[in-house]
Parts: sequence; structure tokens; C-alpha cells
Amino acid sequence: MFISTSLRIALNALKANKMRSLLTMLGIIIGVAAVVIMVAIGSGASAKITAQIESVGSNLLIVVPGATTAGGVRMGSGTVSTLTLADAEAIVQNCPSVARVAPVWGGVAQAVYGNQNWSTGVTGTTSSMFAIRDWTLTAGRFFTVQETKAAAKVALLGQTVVNNLFGATDPIGEIVRIKKMPMQVIGVLAVKGQSPRGDDQDDAIYVPITTAQKRLFGTHLPGLVRVIMVQAKDMNVMAKTEKEITDLLDQRHRIVKGADRDFSVRNLSEILAAAQAAYKTMSLLLGSIALVSLIVGGIGIMNIMLVSVTERTREIGIRMAVGAQESDILTQFLIESLVLSLVGGVIGVILGLTGAEIMAAMSDWPVLISWQALLLAFAFSAMVGIFFGFYPARKAAHLNPIDALRYE
Amino acid sequence: MTALIDTRNLTKIYRLGDISVKALDNVTLSIGAAEFTAIMGHSGSGKSTFMNILGCLDRPTSGQYLLEGEDVSNLSVKQLATIRNRRIGFVFQGYNLLRRTSALENVELPLIYSHVPAKERRMKSLEALEIVGLSGHEHHQSNQLSGGQQQRVAIARALVNSPSIILADEPTGNLDTRTSFEIMGVFRRLNSDHGITVIIVTHEPDIAAFTRRHIVFRDGQVIEDRANEPRIGS
Repeated sequence: MFISTSLRIALNALKANKMRSLLTMLGIIIGVAAVVIMVAIGSGASAKITAQIESVGSNLLIVVPGATTAGGVRMGSGTVSTLTLADAEAIVQNCPSVARVAPVWGGVAQAVYGNQNWSTGVTGTTSSMFAIRDWTLTAGRFFTVQETKAAAKVALLGQTVVNNLFGATDPIGEIVRIKKMPMQVIGVLAVKGQSPRGDDQDDAIYVPITTAQKRLFGTHLPGLVRVIMVQAKDMNVMAKTEKEITDLLDQRHRIVKGADRDFSVRNLSEILAAAQAAYKTMSLLLGSIALVSLIVGGIGIMNIMLVSVTERTREIGIRMAVGAQESDILTQFLIESLVLSLVGGVIGVILGLTGAEIMAAMSDWPVLISWQALLLAFAFSAMVGIFFGFYPARKAAHLNPIDALRYE
Repeated sequence: MTALIDTRNLTKIYRLGDISVKALDNVTLSIGAAEFTAIMGHSGSGKSTFMNILGCLDRPTSGQYLLEGEDVSNLSVKQLATIRNRRIGFVFQGYNLLRRTSALENVELPLIYSHVPAKERRMKSLEALEIVGLSGHEHHQSNQLSGGQQQRVAIARALVNSPSIILADEPTGNLDTRTSFEIMGVFRRLNSDHGITVIIVTHEPDIAAFTRRHIVFRDGQVIEDRANEPRIGS
């Protein structure tokens, strides 16, 4: 039988029982809308978390000193620094996938202003650090290249330090003494709050790396740094970046093949992967709950189609008597349930999109709608229609024409 | 005259649990092309069973049924459906039209299942409605028509695919006498003007009187088979 004719027959049959068709579709509508909304919420949350982690630095690598052996005494990694400022410069110059590096050297020192004092971590670094971490200033400016080179006596303060030393006074241009060394405050960092580990990220002072090395804390070898922060150009080339750095430092540190390295390269992508896996699980959970409602909708379709087949037994008998093949009857009822589920699917998608938009507008929970998710929900509703429509349709097709004609 | 329908020892046994009922018992008879025949008998005589087998709605338990020389007693469900579609037209006591469907669409139904294109379907159906005298009623819904008109639509549906046989099972059972005679007139015209073999199942002598041959069933057997001088009614 021609599809267009079957389609018209199906539509007429559904129109004949408008209320019933609508109620049957309601199951599918709710199911599809639920899938669309749940997937939108799940992927929205996942995208937000990914963005947050990326802002911390998913494309961040940290080069730390490794375990060293000196005269038979093995020292744990980080005990003795093996990285230098020259290593940092070599990395940024020789590794093509590296965007920025920021060497770090620092310690804890007391800062004094007027009659106030405050002990805190003083970190020596370069201005690349602020670009890598995406930190901004509320006042003043970052270090200049000259200041970094010349070990200038300048400092950037975190908000907590400002509060403790200055109170209401504007700190810019004032002189604080750090480890008794007078330093000019050139900027105040924007408030960042607590770190994931609970540290107050605003309780910190930043000075040029050379200042930290030469004037504040000293190094037992010239140019030593504690760690080197490296920003890769792209989070997709992390492995390549890591290899470039390792190869370069192997060469610079004269590490023979098979020997222990005196440095190691770490990255944050594992944290990102863990968070993404967690959100994937959540999306899957939400999705499967929604899927269950879609299946319940499908059972509704099956139920109504069975009722419809029984009600229209005589019609089926007439069609068979005038020469309808079993396949014609099967097709007719399958198309009917398919129309039910597809129309339900379309309405469900529209409802789901509207619902997701409303949720996005009312809360600041992010929603992300992908056409793949819509397509999936739609395809699933079609599958539900065929799957749950098949049994009633088969039942209709296998009716005995004589019994069907006699059916009252 | 070549035998259009030829049955040989046709037997149909229904089994209901332990009891088996012989609805047809060794029925052997032949009906030629363009005959106008009445099959008579009381209810339970086996006439409806015989009719169902002739109409390829059912298969015999044993024996042969040759339709236009071809043995159709052991064909598949699919092949039987095709035969019903192309070679047989049915008319039922209760009209059996599709509800909420126009007269025209009801008549088109067999053509849909033989994959006739829409345009041709419409043309043939209008022609069939004209033959039964229903021109102008083609867009009426089936339930808006009177009983006689509904039965005319059913007859149009039966003849639209140019079948060789029209089988009518108590076609006048739900109609008053005047309308019954009108309907029988339609059947007679189909037989005489269009050369279609018409077989009417009835228990009313009045109705059987329109036909040229009376076959009487009792207890699954043919007890009488005689020619009849047809009554020329309204």
C-alpha cells in the first residue's frame, strides 16, 4: 500500500479519537521533553565545570624538581632545587607548543607598614604568572620586564595583605618593608577567594623573581627556581608539550637514557578528566531517568493501540475481505503508532526547549542544547513508536478475516 | 459453459475442543460463468461456510476448490488475499462499510490494495457508483446514507475491481421488502448487463426467486439443485 494513503488512513483514525490520541501522546511528550531538559542541564553543567577548570589552567603544566642523588644520599623530590631561571627561558624559547612560562621562587616573610605587620608567603615570579593564572588587578600595574631583570624593589599585594597592613589607606605607591627591605607597592590583585584546598589566595605578596632570589631569600646557586609554571598553547597538545619540555630538560640537565630525572612535569588535566567523568555520570543518570518516562510513554502507546485494534476488528475484517494483505494491515497500524510517537516527539522537543529556556532564565544553572540531543530524543521517540506499536499491529495483521468480520 | 467454480468433495470440519462439527460434507458442484445463483438453507445448514470457502476467506479441511480451473484450496494466506482482491467481490448483510468515510473512499478500498494510482482509482470508483445508481452521493459519509444506499455502496465496492464473481451473504437481510427488491434488481443487472457471476446466500424464497438457480443446503450437504424461472421484479 502507498505510504501517503496509509498516512492519511492513520491520521483519520487518530483524528476520530482526538482526546484519546492526545492523552496517548502525552506520555511521549513528557518523556521527550524530559530527555531534552535533562540532557540540556547535564551538558550545561558539564560545560560550565570544564570552563571553570580551564580557567584555573587545564592547559597548565608544572615543572618541579625531581629526586636527586648526591654522594649516595637520596633526596626526595623538591628537597633540593635543580631548576633554574635559564631552564625557564629555554623552555619558552625552544618548545613550540609552549605559550608562556613563569618561574617561581619565594618564601615566607614579614611585611611591615607603619605600625602594622603581617607575615605571609612572598612569591617571586614574572608577570607571565598573572597572564597564566588569568589574575587581574583592582589597582596599579604589574611588573615590567625591566623591573624583573633589575630585581626592582616593587611588590604586588593580595587584598588580605592590604586589609591587614593598610586598613583604609590607599596602598599604591606606599613603601612596605618586606624582610626589612623597603619595597614600593605598585598594584593590588583582584580578590580570588579561597583555593579548592581552602587556602586564602588573597593572602600573598608577589615580587619580581630576581628580587626574591637576590634580595629576599637568596639561592645557594645563582638563578635557582622552585617550580616553573608552563602554559601550553592548547589543551589538546598537552602530551606533546610535556614531551617537548622533558626532552629539552633531559638535554640541558644531561640526563642519560634510563637514569632518574632530576625534575618532573605535572599537569592538571587529570583533575579535569575526573570532573568531566563525574558530569558524564550525572548526565547519564538524568538521561536514563528521562528514558524510563519515555518507555512508560511507549507502553501507553501499546495499550491504546491494542484497544484500537480490538475496537476496529471489524474494519480490519473488511479490509482483509477486499484484499488487504497482512503486510498492509501491519503497515497501517505501525504508521498509526509511529505518527502518535513522532507527533508526540515534536511537541516534546518544543516543550523541552521551552522548559530548558525557562530554567536557564529563572536560575543561573547553565543549559546547553545540542541538536544531537534533540535528534536523539526524536529518533528515540520514533523507535518507541515502532517497538511498542509492533505487537498490536502484528496482532491486527494476524486476525482471521472471518472472525474479524463477525466481530461485534 | 466453462465451470467458473468447481468443488470436489469439499469438506469442512470445525473442532471445538473434543467435539467436531462437520459444516460441509462432501460438497461437489460447479457453477458456470455468468450464472445467477441462490444458495439457500436454514441457519447451520453450511451455506455460510460454503460461501466463505468460495470467497477464499477460509480453506476446506479436505476436498478441492477449483476457481477458473486453478486449485485454490491450498494457497497461502497471501495468495488468497490477492484472489479476494482481484477476482471476488463481497456484499454482506450488515453492509460492512468503513465508518466516517465517504462513499467514494469506501468504493476505492479494493483498488488501494491492488495499488491502482489515485486518479484511476477515483475514475473507476465513480463509474461503479454510477452503475449502482448512486451518482451524486459519492461524497456522503457512509453513515449519512440509508440502508439501501449503503448496500449499493457495498455493491459498488464489490464490483469496482471487475471481479468474475460477486458473493452476497444475506444482502437484503437488513432491508425492507421494497428496498430488498431494488437491491436484487441491481444484482440482476450486474449479472445480465455485465456478465458477472452472482451468488446470493439467502433463506428468503422471495429473494431467491430473482435468481435462475437454487442450491439448497441442509446439514452440510446439497439436498436440492434446480433451475428457476426468475421473477421480474421492480
